[in-house]
Amino acid sequence: MTAIRKSGRYDAVIVGGGHNGLVCAAYLARAGRKVLVLERRHVLGGAAVTEELYPGFQFSVCSYVVSLFRPSIIRELELARHGLEIIPLETAFTPRLGDRGLCRWSDPARTRREISRFSPRDAEIHPEFSLAMTKMARYVRNLIDSPAPDPTSWNPVELWRLLRLGRELQRQGSDGVAMHLRLLTMSAVDFLDRWFESEVLKAPMSVSGIIGTFLGVRSPGTAYVLLHHYMGEIDGAFRSWGYSKGGTGGVSLACARAAESFGAEIRTESAVERIRVAAGRATGVVLANGDEIEAGTIVSSCDPRLTFLGLVGSKHLDGDFVRQIERYKLRGSSGKVNLAVDRLPRFPGREGSDFLRGDIAIAPGIDYLERAYDQAKYGEFSERPYINAVIPSIMDPSVAPPGQHVISMFVQYAPYDIKEGADNWPAKREAFGDAVVDTLAEYCPGLKESILYRQVLTPWDMEQEFGLSEGNIFHGELSLEQLLFQRPAAGWARYRTPIRNLWMCGSGTHPGGGLMGAPGQLAAQAMLNSNGKPSSG
Amino acid sequence: MPLPSPFHSRTSARCRSLLWKDWAGYHAVRSYRSCHEPEYFALRHAAGLIDVTPLFKYEVRGPDAAAFLAHVTVRDITRLSVGRVTYLCWCDGEGKVVDDGTVARLDEEHFRVTAAEPTLSWFERRTRGYRVTIEDSTPRLGALALQGPNSREILRRTTDADIDALKFFRVAQARLDGVEVFISRTGYTGDLGYEIWVEAAGSLTGAERVYDALEDAGRSFGLLPAGLDAMDVTRVEAGFIMNGVDYFSAHHCLTEMRKSSPYELGLGWTVKLERDPFVGQAALEREKRAGSRRAFVGLDVSWADLERVFAGYGLPPELSSTAWRDGRPVYDHDGRWIGQATSGAWSPTLKKNLALAQLESAFATPGEAVEIELTAEYRRHRIAATVIRAPFFNPPRKRA
Repeated sequence: MTAIRKSGRYDAVIVGGGHNGLVCAAYLARAGRKVLVLERRHVLGGAAVTEELYPGFQFSVCSYVVSLFRPSIIRELELARHGLEIIPLETAFTPRLGDRGLCRWSDPARTRREISRFSPRDAEIHPEFSLAMTKMARYVRNLIDSPAPDPTSWNPVELWRLLRLGRELQRQGSDGVAMHLRLLTMSAVDFLDRWFESEVLKAPMSVSGIIGTFLGVRSPGTAYVLLHHYMGEIDGAFRSWGYSKGGTGGVSLACARAAESFGAEIRTESAVERIRVAAGRATGVVLANGDEIEAGTIVSSCDPRLTFLGLVGSKHLDGDFVRQIERYKLRGSSGKVNLAVDRLPRFPGREGSDFLRGDIAIAPGIDYLERAYDQAKYGEFSERPYINAVIPSIMDPSVAPPGQHVISMFVQYAPYDIKEGADNWPAKREAFGDAVVDTLAEYCPGLKESILYRQVLTPWDMEQEFGLSEGNIFHGELSLEQLLFQRPAAGWARYRTPIRNLWMCGSGTHPGGGLMGAPGQLAAQAMLNSNGKPSSG
Repeated sequence: MPLPSPFHSRTSARCRSLLWKDWAGYHAVRSYRSCHEPEYFALRHAAGLIDVTPLFKYEVRGPDAAAFLAHVTVRDITRLSVGRVTYLCWCDGEGKVVDDGTVARLDEEHFRVTAAEPTLSWFERRTRGYRVTIEDSTPRLGALALQGPNSREILRRTTDADIDALKFFRVAQARLDGVEVFISRTGYTGDLGYEIWVEAAGSLTGAERVYDALEDAGRSFGLLPAGLDAMDVTRVEAGFIMNGVDYFSAHHCLTEMRKSSPYELGLGWTVKLERDPFVGQAALEREKRAGSRRAFVGLDVSWADLERVFAGYGLPPELSSTAWRDGRPVYDHDGRWIGQATSGAWSPTLKKNLALAQLESAFATPGEAVEIELTAEYRRHRIAATVIRAPFFNPPRKRA
């Protein structure tokens, strides 16, 4: 028998019904374990959720596009059979004031012509850049499909893996190694400056480096995150992004149906108040209503801070470990504004909606983005923020009434720690929402008149409503010092915890956030392979 | 979405088949009628008019233009005289082919380069130290290929150029129905033929006037508008390689295996090593000394074998009349994989089943017997093929 022991009614209780918790549940149930998933909210999905906030409009409340979700999970859990449908994004549009802006299309010749309006050189170098990035992304992708390598171990299996990674890196030649080094150390802007001259192109590209981090596009280390945008894959096509039909909740629901098909039990409106620990072992969970549920294994899909400092409690943990968790960087930096509108937004200079079948980036310049970051550094939300908007109802009319649309806007920066204190976010929420709508409306006249409903989510709201500590969408920044064998803490990157029988499976573990499902998958595999060995680092 | 070329009003009116494809971002006719064969036979026996606007075109100008082009390509362009055109390729620093095309010297300090892929940025990154400017003239220049044995007579009746003086791989400025054009004695069909370069601007544009004039004059000479399907058969007969089909630009290759050197593409004759430094020179010198792993060859695929395989299923031999470009493995007699045929066609003129292939160097000698994969009735077979020299079709009039 493996680490998932039969005791009480369940082999494993999973805290949190987000996509990672559900993926983990499905894999455990598929292996014959008796699994219970407990979700605090009335809907499944965590931050990958669809909700009808306004009659007739389905909102992808938090996470809004899919790319990195592991193809192996889709195959192994038969998610297509369980209702997963993904519609690829076709365009990337960057509007500009007084100009028709830049639209990048899935047709390379058309993209080349668009970029040539700003720089013929950049238009041509773009494919070369993509090739170089794809080569590197393929290397890094090896890391996200398997547990983090452990450089401190003498275990031959670990050494073999490190050797293989080293050899593959060598195969990329001295140019390739140099490029990896640049990616790890440079800022997104410095890195892009080596390739491109036109800011119209560089600004929207550079923001890939800052999504979900409390860094600016000129901050060192942000180049690395650019790669994440070249790792996306849909049906074997790299670099593609898509919408989940019916909203991002569709991904979670497909995982939930898969888990149930294997016999897992899923309960909503079942908030776990704490994880019961006795003598260094997790023995069960206590619900908010006082119910207690015993299980051989407890798996937390919550972020590391909520798991250890909230649900377990520091008194059950070693002080050094507690300090590592306390120092783990969450510091959410983004908000979300969702709109229901009664007509299609109009961008002067462009007709129709072809150019809106993808994402819309409000990123008119590098200085604009850096200024937005400046305000955040000093505890204010950006008055003119970076916005990544999508209108999924164009591609997927099922999410809005005919002729009407939902607009989903990811907004950066909205620092969790505003200078008035995070608890004062509710008083600033609508002012933040106004700033976002004002910003988009500058590019999109008539927007304000078309709004039927508006939802504003600040980092504080995300913490309150979705349990994302400090509102961090990735359960902790995806900066290099918090990735791989350091995620979430040195020595604890293999889904185990210092508490026996307590495991982690959320985005705070390797390989991190971004709607990948990989943490849930890899955690389940680790549990099933653990052969009941005592849990030590 | 592809763009219309400057001849679109004319080509679209004639394209009854509605068979179009996207060629480098332009609408391009595959064949004007549902069958391309009349266009092929016009190209070989009368004349065909092909819209080749989508070729990328660059104007390289300046006192150092010749030295610059000698530096970035494999040929010593400083030796190209005014009024001449040459065919060549250019390589990356490792001596792997990036693209192939032609360079025409229009005057002492003005060259026109054609390319299959966008190359402006690649050229510009290498201009430091050269007094040279590069203009992407693709959007402003239309190009027509007038090809076939009657092309000279058609041109003689439409231009003031001294057509007889316009020898193989020469270029001249001329007026065609009063429109300023450049005419080069070049083409992609391996036949007598010309390419006409015209400014695309204007209302009843120069481009349309040129098209109309050639068509009018061509009426008595069997001229047909021809599409890419017909041209593809002729270019296989002529043994011309195609970027993206017979090789991949080093820019787009994720793996080293996919890249090719000029020597491996049969372009060794364009490489001039002993001269001032040029991009890829050191690597090409090394390869020249050490020998190349692969060689580019022609294959004559056995008709008897083809017939025999299909006869085994009770069928007559099946053979597409268009050229194929889906790549087929080539084996030695022991069934070991030795390379691939990258495109091929049945030649109605030579009555041969032809293919262009890249094989291990040991198999490159003409007369070598190899085997090529053939799919018949959903099953794979290996049939005999003989290595032969390209170009397959090489009539005296090609160079006349």
